[in-house]
Amino acid sequence: MARFIGKRLALGLITLFLLSIFVFFGSQVLPGDVGRRVLGPFATPGAVKALNHQLGTDRSVISQYLSWIGGFLHGDLGKSVTGQSVSGIVGPALLKSAALALLAFIIVVPLAIAGGVFAALHEGRLSDRFISVGGLSATSVPDFVWAVLLILVFALWIGVLPATAQAPPGAGFFTQVEYLILPALCLVFVLFGYIARMARAGTIEALDADYSRTALIKGLPYRSVVFKHVLRNSLLPTIAVVATQVGYLIGGLVAIELVFNYQGIGQALFRAAQQKDFPVLESAVLIVGIVYLVATLLADIAYSVLNPRIRYGSET
Amino acid sequence: MTTQPAATTGGAAVDVGGVAAQRGPSDAKAARRERLAVLAHSKTFIAGSVILGIWIFCAIFGYVIAPYDPLKTDPINALLAPSSSHLFGTDTLGRDVFSRVIVGARDILIVAPLATLLGTVLGTALGLITGYFRGPVDDILSRIIDTFLAVPVVIVGLLALVALGPSKLTVIIVIGIVFTPVIARTVRAAVLSERDLEYVAAARLRNEKTRYILFAEILPNVLGPVIVEFTVRLGYAIFTIATLSFLGFGIQPPAPDWGLQIFEHYGLISGGYWWPVVFPALAIASLVVGVNLVSDGLSQAFER
Repeated sequence: MARFIGKRLALGLITLFLLSIFVFFGSQVLPGDVGRRVLGPFATPGAVKALNHQLGTDRSVISQYLSWIGGFLHGDLGKSVTGQSVSGIVGPALLKSAALALLAFIIVVPLAIAGGVFAALHEGRLSDRFISVGGLSATSVPDFVWAVLLILVFALWIGVLPATAQAPPGAGFFTQVEYLILPALCLVFVLFGYIARMARAGTIEALDADYSRTALIKGLPYRSVVFKHVLRNSLLPTIAVVATQVGYLIGGLVAIELVFNYQGIGQALFRAAQQKDFPVLESAVLIVGIVYLVATLLADIAYSVLNPRIRYGSET
Repeated sequence: MTTQPAATTGGAAVDVGGVAAQRGPSDAKAARRERLAVLAHSKTFIAGSVILGIWIFCAIFGYVIAPYDPLKTDPINALLAPSSSHLFGTDTLGRDVFSRVIVGARDILIVAPLATLLGTVLGTALGLITGYFRGPVDDILSRIIDTFLAVPVVIVGLLALVALGPSKLTVIIVIGIVFTPVIARTVRAAVLSERDLEYVAAARLRNEKTRYILFAEILPNVLGPVIVEFTVRLGYAIFTIATLSFLGFGIQPPAPDWGLQIFEHYGLISGGYWWPVVFPALAIASLVVGVNLVSDGLSQAFER
């Protein structure tokens, strides 16, 4: 077990190291010098030189990389080109993204598992096709398309929910949640299909397994076979798909955050890219990568704890 | 990571390899006919094909059927509600939304399939190489693939387009390259189950060139997953390109692109001007749903 986790951890660290190199050197090979790109074509050469010196972009690439990654490892993310501290921009944005992701998961995971299991128990029938094909279709529609359609229906026509995700300052917990319901609902539409599909496939496989047949043959009622034997095994693959979606929720929601005017990490990345704010961009991308890798690592560990077969399979 | 015990794979290889060796050209034709029969009876595939067909028709003949010039501005008639003269109303510049929705099918149906094709070709080549060689080549390329998959596709695309500047060509190249790792991973998995089969061993014993083994022997046998993967990725490509256009880094104005139209008008929804947003939104939704229904039908046909 320890060996399995250690191996996954080592692979994750290699991936992060490569990501830091790609991100950093990727922004170095871009045309022109950083100071000129930030200040624009009309700035004086002196101002450009001063900014380059202040940002440290006049030093060698290797030494810049080392001081960036060194600072990153010590929790010092440096300063953005506007002078703000990078952690002051990225930190709160990360929390906001996490809050939205959490609310979306709280709604969609039970719903999608119930839908997937229901579809599996009615395999091949109309209700199954409706959940499977409907879920797949909802998943394929871009999140911002859901966003504008839901705003139209719930905020304007019915008028029950606010059209923005930004609660007024000083709002209480429940008001903040209320403001997050519409964006979370968009994510429910986008994620339902993926999770329901995994839950359905897992349930069908578990229903087919020998232990289910044995339980039925020895006379256990169908209902208790489903709830005691099948569900426990069928929900395993669902863990993995939930974890991979964390990567999309933390950082991938640029368009939804824009529509709802929500200052999450996706917005922070987008603004940094627009303003060519490389210190923010580099650190934010690396943090998004870390979140994704930690989520998938935790999912792998949870999976192997719950299902010993995978552990043996991967160690041979 | 998922190295299986050699004995198991070898044992399975004998059985499946035997079947594969006996499969003649007439069997392959029968399999193809069976697949077509499955497709012809699949309601989702037919529904998807019809939707996709309508949009392809609009992409080709859009300028002919559109009642107005999609680029012609008419400020006096800006933001007219849908009526018999403007079925979907007009936008902030007085352009006819119906014409822009119809003609808007063209750019996305050129850019998305080309980008997906590029990604499929590169990803298939990469998947064949990593799956066939295993060892250090596979390890190194797999780490690089993992690295790309750790960051959301939209962000990778966004960063690349900020650096390169948005144009139809850069969108095709960037999306193609961004999709390469995902497709490579799927093809690699398919190649892993083929590489130890007898027909590959036989080709190796005949001293065939590696390139021949990869592209003439293994590739035809993993073509099913590759085709299914192409259609699945096409849906994602439309999703991603529409999102990038919405963010201002995809197809550029004044093109009547759907994502761009939503971007230009979504701020007006709260003022009650829903039509310049809703119709392009429904256009994107119907196109991706159509593509996904087709890909669902294809994957069912290939899985049999």
